[in-house]
Amino acid sequence: MEPLQYGFMQRSLIVAVLIGLLCAVVGTYLMVQRLALLGDAISHSVLPGLAIAFIIGANIFLGAFIAAMVSTVAIAVIKNRSPIKEDAAMGIVFSGFFALGVTLITGIQKANKIDLNHFLFGNILGVTPNEVRDTAILAAVALIIVFLLYKELLFYTFDPVGAQVAGLPVNQLNISLMLLISLTIVASMKAVGVILVLSMLITPGATAYLLVNRLHQVMILGAAIAIISSIVGIYLSYFYNLPSGPAIVLVVCTAFVLAFLFSPKSRVLGALVKHGR
Amino acid sequence: MQNTSPKFGLLLKTPQRMPINREFRDIHISHLGVQYHRQDALQDITCTIKAGRLTGIFGPNGAGKSTLIKAILGLVPMSMGSVLYDGRPLVDQLEKVAYVPQRSQIDWNYPATVWDVVMTGRVKKTGWLRSFSSMSRQIAMTALERVEMLKYTDRPIGELSGGQQQRVFLARALTQEPEIFCFDEPFVGIDHKTQGVLFNIFQELTDRGKIVLVVNHDLGQSINHFDDLILLNCQLIASGPRLHVLTETNLQRAYFTI
Repeated sequence: MEPLQYGFMQRSLIVAVLIGLLCAVVGTYLMVQRLALLGDAISHSVLPGLAIAFIIGANIFLGAFIAAMVSTVAIAVIKNRSPIKEDAAMGIVFSGFFALGVTLITGIQKANKIDLNHFLFGNILGVTPNEVRDTAILAAVALIIVFLLYKELLFYTFDPVGAQVAGLPVNQLNISLMLLISLTIVASMKAVGVILVLSMLITPGATAYLLVNRLHQVMILGAAIAIISSIVGIYLSYFYNLPSGPAIVLVVCTAFVLAFLFSPKSRVLGALVKHGR
Repeated sequence: MQNTSPKFGLLLKTPQRMPINREFRDIHISHLGVQYHRQDALQDITCTIKAGRLTGIFGPNGAGKSTLIKAILGLVPMSMGSVLYDGRPLVDQLEKVAYVPQRSQIDWNYPATVWDVVMTGRVKKTGWLRSFSSMSRQIAMTALERVEMLKYTDRPIGELSGGQQQRVFLARALTQEPEIFCFDEPFVGIDHKTQGVLFNIFQELTDRGKIVLVVNHDLGQSINHFDDLILLNCQLIASGPRLHVLTETNLQRAYFTI
């Protein structure tokens, strides 16, 4: 409880809870569609948007979001207009954007008193009240979209062809999903950084998926796992002077390992327990 | 089980039992062509799929059977030709169609129960920003009962047998309350019981004037259940009533020519 008397700890805990909730819910869609790599691609691609926003003095969330959308479109264009497959297109686009971002930020970091490491790995203990507000708004928007489009997104992510034949606007649903994922990544930058955000998107949902069987259960349990991990990670970071982003990610991964060992769905200890009965 | 039939009748009731003009209620395919990588996958297909008849699309592997269904539904682009239903392009009225994909096209590890999958059949009818009505739930229950899957409602779809999976998708198609049913290889990897359930339901649907279109590659005994056949081998070999299509010459041309 003692750390809570500091404003920065209060702020970082609020952000951690919001990000945990948001990443787990939205990341579940990436996992069930086998699009984990796309999450990685988008998260690396936001970096030049951040840098440019800094240079021209615009809102960094906006800059990052625009970069995320541009990279998604670039991947789609390469895939659709050439024989290059989607995974190669992602590799090309995200490494190119990432390199541009690292170059730009290295160039401006001294003058602007910013640190490249904070973008790459997060600096949740340094969030400002304004950033708490922005994160809360982004999280609210994304969660409301998930709530309102829940049944359509379930149909589309489970059976896109069936959804198309049923007359659902599948292209628009796909764009909404990409939008959600970009919003989520942008909102999470401060907490875990662009490199580790993939862990927050995929691991909580994957952990929950080993334990429960329905999409909304995966989201809710995943969110609970992510929130608890985020809080534990921040406390570890505070007491042991660890970098906050990696601390959160390590706790999430520990939760996954436990679920993996004990879940009846994975063929490790679960199988032994079943045989033992 | 005994009282399922009347409920099921309710479920499948159409606004008009006897269409005013039968011609319009058929699917008219004319000069349909599909190209993959500049190669003709289907060439100049012209035929009619009749309402109230169980129609099978047959032909050897690679004959373009699935491609034909996908072209009819607008899932692959046609290079030429048209598909009309009710005097208008069918792709503009897909809400009247239920499509059951090949089982292999579905990710059965998706975190969903039988109930979740069947309810996707009610998504379009429910509309944006609304939750499922009690009528939708009732329709889904009735459909599950009809395919003998009611006691598996809460079962994760990954834990079902192939036949049970197929019956779940059949139940979903029923909850969509469509006028046209399209099945892609529904008999692959299923048990005897499921095959019986499928053919019984096909019969009920066609009795009610629905269009039931089934892609099948198996020329075994089950072919006798079909009323009409479309025999393909990249082009149309023959179409029409089963006995008219199943001639020695037609089968030779479909299965033993390059």
